[in-house]
Amino acid sequence: MASTYETVAGIISDTCDIEPDKITPESHAINDLGIDSLDFLDVAFAIDKAFGIKMPLEQWTQDVNAGTVTTDEYFVMKNLCANIDKLVAAKAA
Amino acid sequence: MRLEYFQMVDRITTLDLPGRRIVTSCRVPEHSPVFEGHFPGYPIMPGVLLIETMAQTGGWLVLAMNGCARMAFLIQVEKAKMRSFVPPGQALRVEASLLHDGSGYAVVNANIVAEGKKVAEAEIRYGVVPFPNETLKAAMLEIARRVGLPEDCQNGA
Repeated sequence: MASTYETVAGIISDTCDIEPDKITPESHAINDLGIDSLDFLDVAFAIDKAFGIKMPLEQWTQDVNAGTVTTDEYFVMKNLCANIDKLVAAKAA
Repeated sequence: MRLEYFQMVDRITTLDLPGRRIVTSCRVPEHSPVFEGHFPGYPIMPGVLLIETMAQTGGWLVLAMNGCARMAFLIQVEKAKMRSFVPPGQALRVEASLLHDGSGYAVVNANIVAEGKKVAEAEIRYGVVPFPNETLKAAMLEIARRVGLPEDCQNGA
C-alpha cells in the first residue's frame, strides 16, 4: 500500500504535470512546485477523494491570513502529508 | 430561459438534498438575438450556454445545500460534451448531482436531456464563498423565489 507521501506526490505529479523527481518531502507546493490556487483545488479534490476526507482549506487559509501559522505548516509536502494523516485518523476515530 | 440576461433556469422541479441532487426545467426561447449570430439561417443553442445552464442548475444545488449563505462561482468545467444540437423552443431537463462538497469548493456532475435523449454533460466545479456584497445576495434570493427554491433552503441567507 502506498504511503501518504507517495499518494500525494503522485497526485501532484499527475494533476499538475510535475516530474516526480522534482517533488521531495521538503518541497513547498506553492513556492517550490509553483502550484497555483486553481491547480491546488484539483489536488485537494483528488486528495479528498483518495483519502475520504475534507481538507479544511478555508480554515488553513484563515490561519495563514491571521498570521498564526506560516504557509509551510500546510503546504510543505511532509507537513501536508502529516495533516492528511491527522484528518484520516480523526475520521476513523 | 432569457438568454440575453443569463436567466437559464426556469424552474426547480426536484430538489433532493439528502440525495444531493437537483433537476430543473429550462425552455429554450423561440426567438433571441443570440440566434442571429449562432447561426445565421441555422439557429442552435451555443454550447457555452448549455454549459452555463448546467452550471446554474448545479449552482442552485450548492446554494440550497448551504442555505443560500454562500455563493457558488463557476471556476472549472471538465469533460464537457455537446452531444446534439438544441434548437429554439426545445424543452430541457437539467440534472445535477453533487460529486464532492469540499472546503470552499464543490464539484457536481450535470447533464441535459431533451426528448429523452442526453444532449450535454459536464463535470463542474465551483468556488463556494461568502457573498461579495448585499446586492448580489438580494438578487440571488429574488431569483431563488422565481425559480422555486424552497424557503427552507434560504434560511442561511
